[in-house]
This record gives sequence, C-alpha cells and structure tokens, in this order.
Amino acid sequence: MKHNEILRVSGKSLIPFIMMFGLYVQFHGDYGPGGGFQAGVIFAAGVVLYTLIFGLRRARRVFSPRTMEAWICAGVLLYGSVGLLSMLKGGAFLDYNVLAHDPVHGQHWGILWVELGVGITVTAVMITLFFLFAGRGLRGPSRLDHED
Amino acid sequence: MIDILLFAFLMLTALGILRLRDLFAAAMLSSLFSLLAASLFMVMDAVDVAFTEAAVGAGISTILMLATLAITKRQEKARKRQLRPGPALLVLACGAMLIYGTLDMPHFGTADAPVHTYLAPRYLEVSPIEVGPPNIVTSVLASYRGYDTFGETTVVFAAAVGVLLLLGGRRRFRDAGWDITMGVDLREVQEIVARRQEGLKLPEGDP
Amino acid sequence: METIVSNFLGLYNYWAVVVLMMMGLYVLTAERNLVKKVIGLNIFQMSVIMFYISMAKIKDGTAPIIVDGARDTVYSNPLPHVLMLTAIVVGIGTTALALALVVRIHEEFGTIEEDEIQEQEGRG
Repeated sequence: MKHNEILRVSGKSLIPFIMMFGLYVQFHGDYGPGGGFQAGVIFAAGVVLYTLIFGLRRARRVFSPRTMEAWICAGVLLYGSVGLLSMLKGGAFLDYNVLAHDPVHGQHWGILWVELGVGITVTAVMITLFFLFAGRGLRGPSRLDHED
Repeated sequence: MIDILLFAFLMLTALGILRLRDLFAAAMLSSLFSLLAASLFMVMDAVDVAFTEAAVGAGISTILMLATLAITKRQEKARKRQLRPGPALLVLACGAMLIYGTLDMPHFGTADAPVHTYLAPRYLEVSPIEVGPPNIVTSVLASYRGYDTFGETTVVFAAAVGVLLLLGGRRRFRDAGWDITMGVDLREVQEIVARRQEGLKLPEGDP
Repeated sequence: METIVSNFLGLYNYWAVVVLMMMGLYVLTAERNLVKKVIGLNIFQMSVIMFYISMAKIKDGTAPIIVDGARDTVYSNPLPHVLMLTAIVVGIGTTALALALVVRIHEEFGTIEEDEIQEQEGRG
C-alpha cells in the first residue's frame, strides 16, 4: 500500500476504531451479540490492517511473535484458572456461583473472565497465524516490508 | 422469502467457485459465500453466529487464503474441465440419502419440533434469573457449557501450535527446491545455466 | 402432489442446504487443486452450520436476547447457535492448519496439484 496515499491515510485512521469496536464487542457480549471469539477476531483484523499499512517487520516489532505466543497460552490459562478458582472456593470446576457472595454476581464475574480468556487466546492466535503465513511468503525484500 | 433469495445466491457462488480456474477469484468468492451465509444466519435469528461468520469467514479466513495463494500459485493448472464420474456418483448418492432423511424432519420453523422442547425452554426461562446476561447465547456459551467452550479454546490453541510447528521453523529446501538465503528458485537457475550451455539466447525479462 | 408441495414449502431450506453441502463435497473430492479442496471443505462446513441454524429457527421468533418487560415473545432456540458459533471458530483452526499443510506441500513439491504430487511420489 506504499504508493496509495488515500488507502494508507484512511486505513491508518480506521485502526483505533476497529480496536475500540473489538473491546466493545468483548465487554458488551452479555447484552448484545458478541463475545470473546468475535472480539478476538475483530481485534486481530485491526492488527492485520496495521500490517498491511506499515509492513510486516514493523508490525512484528509492535506485536512481537514471542509475546503473542505467550498471550495464546495466557488466555487458555486464564480460562482454566477461573475453573480452578471455583474449585478452590468449594464449587465444581467452572462453577461460577461460588466466585462471589451472590451466585448471580459470581456468574457475572466468571463469564467476564472466561470471555476475556477466550478473547485473548483468539486475538493472539489470529495474529500469530497471519504473521506466520505472511512471513512465509517473504523471499528477499518484500512488498510488506517497504517502510524500513 | 429473503432466505430463498440468499440460498439462490449461495448456490450461484458455489457454482462459480466450482467453475473458476483463477484461485484468487475463487478465494474472493468464498469470502462472498461467507458473507451471504452470515446474512442468512441473521435472517434466521442467529445474530451471534452471523457476527462470528462475518468476522471469521469473510475476514480472517480470506486473508489466510490470499496469503497462501501469494506463497503458492494463483492459477489452477489448466486441464480439461469434465465431470468426474466417481465423485459425481458419490455426491448424488449422498444427496439422495440426505434428502430422503429430511422428509421425516419437522417442517421449518415449527415451534414444537423436538429440538425446541427439551433444553432450550429451560435456558430461556431460568438463565436470566440464574446467570444474568440478557443474551442467552453468551450465558449458555460461557456458563452452562463452560466446559465445551474451554475445549473449544484449547482447539484454537492447538491449531495455533500446529501451524507454528508447520510454518514457524526455518525453511528447508529439498534437492532443487526453494532457497531461502538467495531468494530464488534454484530450478530456474539450473534451467538458465542449462540454456546458456546450449548456446541459446535468454529471453528478455528472465531473472 | 399435495404432499410434495407441502413438503417443499416446509423443507426447502433443508434441501437447499443439502444441495450446497453436495456442491462442497464435489469440490472436495473432484478438484485436484489443494486450495480448491480447502474452499470446498469450507463450503461443506458452512452448509452443516446452516442446517443447524435452520433447525433452531422458530417461525415469528426473534434473536435469543431477552428484553425486559416483553411478554409473549418467541425466541429462537439458542443452543444450536452456541454449538455452531464455536464450530465456526474451530473451522478457522482447521482451515489454517490445512492451508499451512498446502504451503508446506508447495515447498516440498513445488506444486499444489494433487496429480502432479502423485506423479512425483511415483517417480521418487
């Protein structure tokens, strides 16, 4: 997209809105359509747009692959630890009722954390997948790497 | 009514994918297929599914497919397009059996179909009191079927691990395959060398 | 004749799903290009999802998001929605894995056509 000023400028200004929308979908999933899976994919779409505009090398510096690998694990672990926490508090695995004094409140917390775990994993997985496929295509200086 | 139209468009898109030899166009059509499917889910009240499909199928899946095409080949090999009898027979037999199977199904939209009588009413009645969120899909997904979703997240995790193992390492090249360090196809180099030795003039624009 | 008409009116979307599914299966089995096969797999998977969502629909129903104070609202069945939502996300996982395999196959064989790969295998 190096030579296409309009696409570059307009695309750049879209990124924060895409990411905000991702967060909205993540945390508004209780009330409307949405949730961790969708939010993760939308957030990753923002990163894909960033990569298309600024090049793979710069995107990799911002969202480093090592960190993304750590986030992939972190999401699954967050999900699992919510289950373990509910076991520690005397309930069954992933039984959110015991997480707070009031069962409905506990359910609310449980769903929030669990969806956050899903969102983190899906975001990191989608970014990782895109980086892997895009990076595999690089042979010599690539069009994706024009910026630096 | 609108769902008939959407189904017709879906079939046309699938036909287009079947006939096109340009893989880039086929990938774009598969993106269109996902978007049409998302609209269909919207018509059938599955807002969450429509949302996911629009984001995943029309977005990420297409991006990955285009990235694959950029690495591999954009065009399918030109060969005579003909109906292959084996797959065609298989498809006809399977299709006939499935259509026969649908004859026993309750008609579309019936409220007292067996699917709707057992679990769903309980979710719809008790979930707002028991779990809280007004969106039943979220409460079933994250709370009632938390185990299921945990498994699903693990599947996504496993897929990432699989792709990391396949594509994350250094690129090897087998005999005269791709060379990562030089960024050229060694077979092309060999071909050029062979042609030089034969004393042929290189065509212009060749590397 | 009447039963055929009433069956058509009641079952047309299941039949449309079956037709789409079979188109996907045909692409999957008859095409020799690996990327085309992946697309066929996607079509097949999408039609399975459509089938489930069709079953979840209740006539004059609405999306299963509870509105306070609304009485006598018919909600479509949320359970198939949940199952299919996760199926889509698993679907992108399988697609990504399949495409990664295609990329690796291309690196090994220099082609993504099934018959050419088999030829090379037969030679080597």
